[in-house]
Amino acid sequence: MKEFLLMKGNEAIAEAAIRAGADAYFGYPITPQSEIMEYLMTEKATERTGMVVLQAESELAAINMVYGAAGTGKKVLTSSSSPGISLMQEGISYIAGAELPCVIINVVRAGPGLGTIQPSQADYFQSVKGGGHGDYRLIVLAPSSVQEMADFVPLAFDLAFKYRNPALILSDGVIGQMMEKVELFKPIPRTEQFDQSWVITGKTPDRKANVITSLDLEPLPMEKHNHHLQAKYKKMEDEEVRFEEIMCDDADYIMVAYGSSARICSKALQLARAKGVKVGLLRPITLFPFPKVRIAELAQRVKGMLSVELSAGQMVEDIRLAVNGKIPVEHYGRFGGMVHSPSEVLEAFEKIFIKN
Amino acid sequence: MEVKEIIRQENMVYQRSSLLTSKPFSYCPGCGHGTSNRLVAEVIEELGIQNDTIGVAPVGCSVLIYDFIDIDFSQAPHGRAPAVATGIKRVLPEKVVFTYQGDGDLAAIGTSETIHACNRGENITIIFVNNGIYGMTGGQMAPTTLPGMKTSTSPYGREVATMGTPLKITEMIAHLDGVNFVSRQAVHTPAAVRKAKKAIRAAFECQINKKGLGFVEIVSNCNSGWKMTPVKANQWMEENMFPFYPLGDIKVDGKLVKTL
Ligand SMILES: Cc1ncc(C[n+]2csc(CCOP(=O)(O)OP(=O)(O)O)c2C)c(N)n1
Ligand code: SF4
Ligand SMILES: [Mg+2]
Repeated sequence: MKEFLLMKGNEAIAEAAIRAGADAYFGYPITPQSEIMEYLMTEKATERTGMVVLQAESELAAINMVYGAAGTGKKVLTSSSSPGISLMQEGISYIAGAELPCVIINVVRAGPGLGTIQPSQADYFQSVKGGGHGDYRLIVLAPSSVQEMADFVPLAFDLAFKYRNPALILSDGVIGQMMEKVELFKPIPRTEQFDQSWVITGKTPDRKANVITSLDLEPLPMEKHNHHLQAKYKKMEDEEVRFEEIMCDDADYIMVAYGSSARICSKALQLARAKGVKVGLLRPITLFPFPKVRIAELAQRVKGMLSVELSAGQMVEDIRLAVNGKIPVEHYGRFGGMVHSPSEVLEAFEKIFIKN
Repeated sequence: MEVKEIIRQENMVYQRSSLLTSKPFSYCPGCGHGTSNRLVAEVIEELGIQNDTIGVAPVGCSVLIYDFIDIDFSQAPHGRAPAVATGIKRVLPEKVVFTYQGDGDLAAIGTSETIHACNRGENITIIFVNNGIYGMTGGQMAPTTLPGMKTSTSPYGREVATMGTPLKITEMIAHLDGVNFVSRQAVHTPAAVRKAKKAIRAAFECQINKKGLGFVEIVSNCNSGWKMTPVKANQWMEENMFPFYPLGDIKVDGKLVKTL
């Protein structure tokens, strides 16, 4: 029997974490994502599955608890919103450097600084370009519905363990706070069916000591390690790109949008089509790896692309890189906590591409 | 001739811990870190917990402790060892988890993680090597640097009016209910080494018996950072560090045994 529930995006993530067999959650309250830890506590995650849920003294502590627990090979996650994610960046860099799997959720709010608790997509750069120090990448998934908030939790864990790399679910205040119908997946037991050779669980006489570290005092081995990381990111780019296309086949123009902005654009697309303008929507589901190959293909036959983001224009840079000057690529978006409407998007689109 | 031919087994009173790897310590000659690393290895071996113990290495001169003690380790970002240890211990509550940290790591950048891990009563062991200076980065002032003490960032001596007084973090955390055992020791003489080892053992036993957090401060030297010979550094430590950081047990079995 299918199980449907009406849930907030943040609650769906929390329920999905319990069902995905997460072993531990460490977090620190911040709007608009506090419901995640509140739900785990209220719904007695620990009683239900044995999952550890601990409120840390800061995001700094939370991400380092994640780092410690992830080293033991457990399924560990944390969640926060923009300022808290900024605070975690050193730890995330260590986790990427030490090649540990974990899931990080960012329910983005507007910045810079303390900004506002209203939704935003201005953490794109921080998410897809690394975020902390050093050359590293996160696997970045961008849900655009409450259903995907739930479904992407086990997917993020699978990818994190497959690549021994942190996976980030990049959501925002709209998706986190809105209520929608979700179909929940069946609980997955808390098991460890992956390669355990690297975990720190106590050195038994049959193996060498395992050390979780990102340190190498010598530059040559460090360069080698970096080459290994880069090869891993390349493999992700070859094998893990995910996106959705709506009416791109006959489109003259493409809007590119992810998360809540993609929902708004799908409505703008209908308005455009009603007027006879052939617009398509490409929704990246993985922001890293980015669907650059597909965007380059589409650029061969459409007249222009519009990146529609709740930011001053960040993803637009990656689209331009993929398009490599072939066609005009522009940006439109409200930001600083404001959310564009479908008619605002259509108006901007027409102004940029049709009226000129 | 081999050692075992010279010394008969029944006459053996001391030998190198089998948990110490063959890698030579990277510490400066005369530095207290070497002895402190060794004591931790010996205690783990004597308690027979090497298969179940996970160490957390700091950022500081002892970052490579995982190269010297042959057990599983996680290296931690600067100051975050107690949070990393919390993460490990919470998902593996039956394992023995300890951190080994310097004073810059534990009492400056990691003050918050230290206090909160102690306050939650994490069932872990913390070994804190206080040499009153940032050894690894070349001898800068630490929160633990003594008043008037010269370092590379207090070249005219620590001026209390602008730089504050040394932080006695060990006394601070001793007041917290989650902390079961607190002791301050040194490793500069054979007698001190014996006492320090006893305290380290007690701090690990406290964890094994699930009594709460065990914390041992080792007041140590940094002859390189202090710009002294090893002998002079130990003498200076006795004359200046010990009056400010008095040695002895502070809390035993959850009770303060010293008026602070
Ligand atoms: C975030 C961060 N800040 C600064 C440093 C540089 N750093 C490395 S070790 C150290 C001080 C270590 O001093 P202490 O903890 O007292 O250890 P000791 O070397 O004296 O044993 C500092 C500041 C760093 N690695 N990371
Ligand atoms: S710099 Fe100081 S603390 Fe570091 S190894 Fe040398 S003497 Fe020891
Ligand atoms: Mg020091």
